[in-house]
Amino acid sequence: MGGTMTEKILSSKLGRDVEAGEHVIVNVDLVYAHDGTAPLAIDVLEGLGFDSVSGSVVFTVDHAAPAPHAEAAALHIQMRTFASRHGIRIFDVGNGISHQVIPEAGLVRPGMVVLGADSHTVTLGAYGAFATGVGSTDAAIAMARGRIWLRVPETMAITVKGALEDGVMAKDVILEIIGRLGSDGANYKAVEFLGSVVEEMSVDSRAVLSNMSVEMGAKVGLVPADGVTLRWLGDRGVEAEPLQPDPHADYRDEIVFNAREIQPNVALPGNVDNVRPVEEVEGVDVNEVFIGSCSGGRFEDFLQAARVLRGNRVKKGVRCIAAPASKEVYVTLIESGILAELTGAGCVIGPPTCGPCIGAHMGVLGPEEVVVSTSTRNFPGRMGHPSSQIYLASPLTAAATAVRGQLTDPRRLLS
Amino acid sequence: MRIRGRAWRLGDHITTDHIIPGRLKYKVRTLEEMRQYVFNDLIPGFSERVRPNDVIVAGRNFGYGSSREHAARLLKLVGVGAVVAESFARIFYRNAINVGLPLVEARVEAEDGDEMEVDLREGTVRNLSKGTEESFKPFPPMIMSLLEEGGIESYYKRHGKLPWE
Repeated sequence: MGGTMTEKILSSKLGRDVEAGEHVIVNVDLVYAHDGTAPLAIDVLEGLGFDSVSGSVVFTVDHAAPAPHAEAAALHIQMRTFASRHGIRIFDVGNGISHQVIPEAGLVRPGMVVLGADSHTVTLGAYGAFATGVGSTDAAIAMARGRIWLRVPETMAITVKGALEDGVMAKDVILEIIGRLGSDGANYKAVEFLGSVVEEMSVDSRAVLSNMSVEMGAKVGLVPADGVTLRWLGDRGVEAEPLQPDPHADYRDEIVFNAREIQPNVALPGNVDNVRPVEEVEGVDVNEVFIGSCSGGRFEDFLQAARVLRGNRVKKGVRCIAAPASKEVYVTLIESGILAELTGAGCVIGPPTCGPCIGAHMGVLGPEEVVVSTSTRNFPGRMGHPSSQIYLASPLTAAATAVRGQLTDPRRLLS
Repeated sequence: MRIRGRAWRLGDHITTDHIIPGRLKYKVRTLEEMRQYVFNDLIPGFSERVRPNDVIVAGRNFGYGSSREHAARLLKLVGVGAVVAESFARIFYRNAINVGLPLVEARVEAEDGDEMEVDLREGTVRNLSKGTEESFKPFPPMIMSLLEEGGIESYYKRHGKLPWE
C-alpha cells in the first residue's frame, strides 16, 4: 500500500512507517507566531520557565501592522524584545503576512513539518510542507522543545479535472469544494489537492487552495511538490526534492470535481460554506471591496484584478482597498506598473498587512455595511460592526464588483 | 472528574469569533479585560450571567475558525465547566485540552438552564432536568491527566515535564 503525502512526510520524519490514527511525537522544522498569537506564546514560555527556544522560530508582525493604537504597539514591543533576547528572526511591520513572507524568505521546503500559531498556516501545504495551525501553548512548547505530539490524520484526495474557464480562479475552486463538503467536511483530515487543474496552477493559486482548506476543518492541505514548486523555490535559493503521493496511496475519501462545472463563486455572509455562483446573487450593493490577505493578496491576484480595473474606475461611493500580502508582492506590483493602474482606477493601496481581514484596522466596516472581500472568512463582525456583511469572492469578482458597485460576475467585464 | 452546572444551549458552527471577536484581540490586551466580551454578540451579558461549572451544549463544529487560544482560555476563565457538542473544530479542541477545558463529543438534548452533569472518567453526560443520559468515549490517559490537572501549564509546574516526556 502506498503512502499519502502526509504519511510519507511523517514516516520520513520518524524513520518508520506511520499509519493514520496513531499518535506520534515529531521534530518540528519551523515554528512561527504573529502579533495576534506570539504575545500569549511568550507568556506561556515565561510562565513555564522555559528560558530558551530550540530550533527554527520566526515571528511576524502582520496582524495589526503598522500598529493602529498603543495597545497593539505594546504587543509589538513585547515581541521585538523577546525576539532580540532569544535570537528569533522577526519580520517586522511592512514585511507582510506570515504565510507569504516565510515561503518567500526561503524558509519552507517540501517534506518539512511546520507549526504556526495561526489557523491559515495550512497555506504552506502549497509548498509541500506538512504545515498546520496550533494555539499559542502548542506553539510555545514546540518553540521550547522543538517537538510536538500529533495524531496522524486520515487523508482525503480532492481531484479537480479538466481546465478552468477564463474568469474562474483558484478561489472559485476552493469555494466550490468547501460549499460541497461543508465547513466541517474535512475535519481532522489531511487534504491533498490533485488533478490537471491543480497541476496547471501557479504556486500563487495553489496557495489559495491550501490556505482555505482549514475552512472545511482540514489539519493540512497539501499540493504535490512538482516542477512548478521547485522552480518557485529555486528562484528563492531553496534546493528541494519533489514530493508526490505514491501511486496507490491509501486515501480515506476520494472526491472528484470537474472544472467545467465551476463558475465564479461567492460565499454569502455568515459562513464560508454558504456558497453560490456569483451569477445567481448578482446585484447586491456594496460599500467596500477588499483585495488582499493570505488568500487573495499575491501578485497573480492583483494581475487578475487589474484586467478588470484597467480602463475602468471604482464606482463612486465604493472604497476599494488593495493590500499586497508581502513586500515582495508590493515591489513586483510597483515594477510591473500594476500598482499605478490600481491607484489610477481609484483603489486605496494599503501596506502589506492582515489588517482589514480581521477587522484590526484599515477598512473596518460600519453598521450594516457590505463588503466583497478576497479574504478567508465571512463570520459576523469579523471585519467590523457585528451587523456588517462579508461576501467572499475571487480577486476578479472583487474587482468587477468595485467597478459596478454591486456584486458582479467578472465574466461580464472580461472579453 | 465530575462537572455539574446549568446548560447554555447553542447551535451548530459556533466560531471562535462568536466566543471572542477577533477584532477585540488587538484593542484589549489582557484576558481579564477581554472576559466581559465572551459570547457577547450571541448572549448579551454572558460573562456576568454564567456561573462556575455551567455547561455549554452545542451542535456540530464548535470552535470553528481561528487558532487564537484566547477562545478556550476565556471560556475557562469565565467559569464554563465543560463544552458538550456533536463535534469540535480541530485547533480549538487541542487548545481546550491544553488549557484544561473539558470538551465532550456527544449529542445531548438540553435547554437553557437545564441541570447538567458531566462525568469525564465514566464517560457520561446527564441532563438531570430531563432525566436523559448519553455516553461518550472516555479520554486517553494522557489527555485525562491534562484535564484533571488543569492544563499543560499546571501539569508542567507539578511534574517538571510534559505529559508525553
